[in-house]
Amino acid sequence: MYKYDLYDQAMVDARVAEFRDQARRRLEGKLTEDQFKPLRLMNGLYLQLHAYMLRVAIPYGTLDSRQLEMLADIAERYDRGYGHFTTRQNIQYNWIRLEDAADILADLAKVEMHAIQTSGNCIRNISSDHFAGAAADEVVDPRPYAELMRQWSSFHPEFTYLPRKFKIAVIASDKDRAAMRLHDIGVRIVKRANDSGGEVGAQFYAGGGMGRTPMIAPLIRDFVPIEHFITYAEACLRVYNRYGRRDNKYKARIKILVHELGAAEYTRQVEEEFAHLLSVGVEPPREELARIAAHFADPAFIDGPKTVDRSDPDFALWVDRNTHRHKHDAYVSAVISLKPAGGIPGDATAEQMRVVARLAKQYSFDELRVMHTQNLLLPHVRIADLHAVWSALDAAGLAAPNMDTIEDIIACPGLDYCSLANARSIPLAQRISERFAETGRTEVVGELKLKISGCINACGHHHAGHIGILGVDKKGVENYQLSLGGSEAEDVSLAKITGPGFDEDGVIAAVEKVTDVYLASRAEGERFLDTYRRIGMEPFKEALYG
Amino acid sequence: MKILTGNDLRSGAVVWWNGSGWSLFVDDAVDVGEDAAEILAREEAARRVNVPYAIEASIDADGHVRPAHIKDRVRALGPTVRRDLAVPTADKTGWDWVI
Repeated sequence: MYKYDLYDQAMVDARVAEFRDQARRRLEGKLTEDQFKPLRLMNGLYLQLHAYMLRVAIPYGTLDSRQLEMLADIAERYDRGYGHFTTRQNIQYNWIRLEDAADILADLAKVEMHAIQTSGNCIRNISSDHFAGAAADEVVDPRPYAELMRQWSSFHPEFTYLPRKFKIAVIASDKDRAAMRLHDIGVRIVKRANDSGGEVGAQFYAGGGMGRTPMIAPLIRDFVPIEHFITYAEACLRVYNRYGRRDNKYKARIKILVHELGAAEYTRQVEEEFAHLLSVGVEPPREELARIAAHFADPAFIDGPKTVDRSDPDFALWVDRNTHRHKHDAYVSAVISLKPAGGIPGDATAEQMRVVARLAKQYSFDELRVMHTQNLLLPHVRIADLHAVWSALDAAGLAAPNMDTIEDIIACPGLDYCSLANARSIPLAQRISERFAETGRTEVVGELKLKISGCINACGHHHAGHIGILGVDKKGVENYQLSLGGSEAEDVSLAKITGPGFDEDGVIAAVEKVTDVYLASRAEGERFLDTYRRIGMEPFKEALYG
Repeated sequence: MKILTGNDLRSGAVVWWNGSGWSLFVDDAVDVGEDAAEILAREEAARRVNVPYAIEASIDADGHVRPAHIKDRVRALGPTVRRDLAVPTADKTGWDWVI
């Protein structure tokens, strides 16, 4: 994985010193909150319901054990012993004191981490496929390209005050495991046939997003040669920065610009800007990409057994559910569920983080990932070591065999923590996962992605849930809208609302009813989403409201 | 009744105006009546508390203060899903009225 050079480290250290001074002046009363707020937000420090919240960037979700151990130390030393992994592959701490914030940033800098650009109207943490570098189906490892984008977008002077926040995902396979088309810009690294074994380039999608106006990003360029990759991204941003609406926060995202201009006209303007930029020469030198790529060379995989002993049914179930095919046939990627039945999605204690860090060091070439589904991942586990890994995870309460099931719920912090939320999300996730686990229906239902947001900002990705739940405030009382048919994968679609909302008990019953309809209607091999797409909304509405 | 709340500058903790300063406990909140704007301006200028604001609340038969809006009720006690981290309260029925 990428290691900071002296320039990276100096940049981060300088930012820590700068923030330390800003925080000191705020604490001494020399800055007002209005003056300080944009400064703290640039360093990922929010003020939430109960305390300051610090969001730490985990570029494309990649970590090593030293970094996760530091995250555990921070949770213990400065917070309340836990952290919350987010849908942008970051971690958040919920109980931070302003007095400690600069010390935390200094600790992060010691392990090549920071909280820069995890808030504000700038290019946020670049996300990617959590199986990057391990997946059997990827064209190349997308992370060097994501890292190049990270470096390009960090402190980019032109894009520090965009009309609104800007999110980019980079993937490199036909399978979309990063909700790529629901980003402001989605990039798929591809290979085009040529005489020398394939030319690497990038497909660009622009104008996707969730939030109050969900949109799927249209393809705007089928192939950008990789030597112009950053130049094309710069052109996309420039057109947005120039014409994105700054007069209305709710219409300021690029998706609105692309929608209002039309994809064809937006693309025409990007192409015009691209041609101009090519003449200016903004692309980083090719040597820089090569330097970065060298950090992502494959570890030294070795041959070994390709099957496991399935005599322990709990282990076998976990292997079936939580492991993913690796590009080397003696390895798998192992998903570490942060979704125990009845638990808080994405939360991990300091001790659990240390367990995972130790396992990464011992069994996964010192590498691990944060998944946008709020789970962790050991990307390279020898099949021969799987039982040992599972045993250690099980002992730490981290071996729930539920990846992509109805228990693997994405939920935003909701009204339990977030100052923007209108309703709580976490209790719904807890009750639904508990209910399905208790009744043994999780395995019967199979793949079903349920996503819950506590407000219209959609941090819980409810628009992209096979089942989505949106919490709203109905005259001071929590109310939940149910929607069906969303997907953030390569078969991307936006969920549709079923009808009138429900109270907390009602929406949990409603989830059971729609799964009943699915089980009664599914054809051989169909997932919930497939059945919904085949039979449509009506049978579900009939069950809910008929 | 009208009470004042905000977040402590240093810790970020939820605080309530008790008539002479800021308390961690919602039960200490006092009715500020028509003085809300004046106190808010003074306290914000003193920079002890972040973005204080006035909210509606009521007092139950046992004298416990209950903010009117669900968001402030959650703020008063802490995350409903982590009661182990809750703000200590003498109100034994505290969690009953939050939601």
